Amino acid sequence: MAIIAQILFIILTATALSVFGKNLLRIRRNILIGKAGFVNDQKARRWKNVFLLALGQKKMFTKPIVAILHIILYVGFIIINIELLEIMADGILGTHRIFETYFEKMDAISVYNFVINSFEILAALVFVACIIFLVRRNMLKLKRFMSNDLAGWPRSDANYILIAEIILMGLFLMMNAADTETHFIISSSLQPLLSGINNDTLFIIEHSAWWLHIMGIYIFMNYLPYSKHLHIILAFPNTYYAPLTPKGMMNNMPEVQNEVLYAMQPELVPTGAAAPASFGAKDVMDLSSKNLMDAYSCTECGRCTAACPANITGKLLSPRKIMMATRDRLEAVGKNIDLHKSFMPDNKTLLHDYITVEELRACTTCNACVEECPISISPLDIIMELRRSLVMEESNAPQEWNSMFSNIENNFAPWKFAPDDRDAWTNQA
Amino acid sequence: MKVNTMAEMIASGQTPEVLFWVGCAGSFDQRAQKITKAFATILDKAGVNYAILGKEEACTGDPARRAGNEFMFQMMAYQNIQILNGYSIKKIVTTCPHCFNILKNEYPVLGGNYEVIHHTQFLQELIEQGKIKITDSNEWKGKSITYHDSCYLGRANEIYEAPRKVLESLDMELREMKRCKSKGLCCGAGGAQMFKEEEKGDKRVNRERADEAIETKSDFVASACPFCNTMLSDGIKNRDEEVNTQVLDIAEMIAKAMQ
Repeated sequence: MAIIAQILFIILTATALSVFGKNLLRIRRNILIGKAGFVNDQKARRWKNVFLLALGQKKMFTKPIVAILHIILYVGFIIINIELLEIMADGILGTHRIFETYFEKMDAISVYNFVINSFEILAALVFVACIIFLVRRNMLKLKRFMSNDLAGWPRSDANYILIAEIILMGLFLMMNAADTETHFIISSSLQPLLSGINNDTLFIIEHSAWWLHIMGIYIFMNYLPYSKHLHIILAFPNTYYAPLTPKGMMNNMPEVQNEVLYAMQPELVPTGAAAPASFGAKDVMDLSSKNLMDAYSCTECGRCTAACPANITGKLLSPRKIMMATRDRLEAVGKNIDLHKSFMPDNKTLLHDYITVEELRACTTCNACVEECPISISPLDIIMELRRSLVMEESNAPQEWNSMFSNIENNFAPWKFAPDDRDAWTNQA
Repeated sequence: MKVNTMAEMIASGQTPEVLFWVGCAGSFDQRAQKITKAFATILDKAGVNYAILGKEEACTGDPARRAGNEFMFQMMAYQNIQILNGYSIKKIVTTCPHCFNILKNEYPVLGGNYEVIHHTQFLQELIEQGKIKITDSNEWKGKSITYHDSCYLGRANEIYEAPRKVLESLDMELREMKRCKSKGLCCGAGGAQMFKEEEKGDKRVNRERADEAIETKSDFVASACPFCNTMLSDGIKNRDEEVNTQVLDIAEMIAKAMQ
C-alpha cells in the first residue's frame, strides 16, 4: 500500500514538474519572438533594482497597508514552501515528517518546532490577508478593480488565486491539526474541533489534507503560466532588465538615423545596403523581448491606469489594457506557431485588432504609468512603437499632426511662423 | 539689452560659456516669449556670458518623434547637431523641458554631446553662487504658490528639487497639490497632444490639472515649461479663476524679484 502511494506521488510530482517546465519553455520562446531587447550592462545597478523592487517591493510601499498584506502573502508563499522539502521527501520515501525524526535524533526538536510554528503563523496570516484582499477586490468598489479592463477572465483569475491560497493554507493547518502527536502554535487551537473524531478518521483527514495540499500546490504551479500571477517569477528578471536610462529617453532607431544620414551625405552609403523592412511595431514580433516580458510580468493591478491622465479624464486609453492586449496577442501568436511550426499570418495584428488608434492617440507620454509600475513595466514603450508604425508605415496621423510635421519641415517649428522671425523677440528684449 | 547670437559672438572672437536654447514656443508663442525675455534679462543681469542660435535654431524634433515620425525627428536632429557641433557648443541651457530632455538624453547617441541644463537648475546655481540676489521687498514675498511639475522635467529626468529651491528663495508659501513630484499629473500637452484635439473623454486633462491647482487656493501657479504654462492658464481661465490664480514661469518671478 505504502509503495503504491510512493509511486503515485513520484508520478504526480514528475508530471507536475515536467508540465510546468514545458510551459515555462513555451513562455520563454514566446518572449524571444520579440526583437533583441535585453540590455545587460551595469550589473550592480541592475541587481540593486532586483533587490529593491522585486525582493524589497519598494514601490508597493506607496500604499503601506496593501504593501504589508502583499508582503505577508509573498513571504508566506516563499517560506511556507520550504516545508515542501519535507513533504516531497516524505512523499518519495514514504516517511512521516522525516525532518522531525531527524531533528529529534539530533536532539534539536525545538528547532523543528520553531520552524513549523513560524510556518503556521505565516499560513494564518496569509489566510487572513487573502480574505482581506478578496473583500477589497470584490466589495470595496475600487475603481481600478471595477474597470472594464478586467471584465471576464482577468477578474476571475485574480479571485481564483486568492481562493486557492486560502484553501492551501487551510489544508496545511488542517493537516497539522489532524496530526494529534503534534502541538503547533496555530493548528493545536484547531484540534478541539476534531476532538470527537476517532484516531482512524483523524489519520484519514491528515493524509487527505496532506495529499490535497500537495496536489493543490502542483495545480497552482501549473496555473501560473496561464495567470497574471506569473509575476511572482518574472518580477525578478523584469526588474533586472529594466532600462537604467532616464525615463524621458526614447529608444533611438538607428535604421532611420542612417537613412537620414545617407540622404544628407550620400558618400557614406555602404554598397549593398538594404532598406529596413519596416518601422515601428505593428505586431508583437516587432516589439522588443523586454516589451514582451513586460506583458507576461503584468499583474494587472491597474496602478498605471489609475495614474494615467488620459484614463482619469475618460479617454479610451488604459496602460494596463495595453499590457493585457500585448499578452493576449502574444499568446495567440504562440498558439499559431505551435500549430504551424512557424507563424502563419492570421490577418490580425496587435495594432488595430488588439489596440486601437484612438487608445494610442490619447497618450501624453507623461511616464506616469512607467513610474507607477511596481515591477518596472513600460506600457509607454509599446505605445510609442505602435505610434511609429502608424505614422511611418500607414501615414496614419490626424490632420493637425500632418500640419505640424509639414511646419517643422518647412518652417523649422511646429507652428506656421516664418523662420526669420525666430529671434524677433530679441528686438523687444 | 543686446542678445547676441553665436554667429555674432564667434565673429567678434568671443566664446560664450553657455548657449541659451530658446525653443519654438519660447521663440514664437506670445506668452512664452515673455518667459524667454525674462530669462534673458536674468542672464544679462547676472553677468552670464551667453548667446542664442537665433535664426539658426530649429525645432529639436520632439513633437514629431513623440507623434511617431522618426524621420522628421532624425532630420531635425541631424541639422541641429551639425550647427551645435559646428560652434563647438559645450553647455546648453533651455527654458523648455521638452527641448531639455531631447538635447540631454536623445542627441548624444546621434553625435550631439553637450552638458544640458534646465533653466530652473541654472537659476538655482546662480542663486547659490550669489549671482542672482533677491530683493528683500520682492512682490512675491508672503504670497502663496503651488508648483506644477512638468513631466519632462520631473518623472522624465527626476528634477523635482531645483524649481522648488528657486521658489524658496522668494520667501513664498509653497502649497503642494495632491498629485505632485513623481506623482504629478500631466498638463495634457506632452506626446504631441499640444498640436491636436484631445481624444474624446469626460474632461480635458488641462482642466483636471487646473482644478487641482485651484483647489490649493494659491495666489500663483508656478510652471517651468511653456506648454504647461499655456495648458494651465487655459484651464484656469475656463473656470474664470484667472483673477485669483495666475500662472507664471519661475523665470518670470525671479526676473521681477532680482536686485
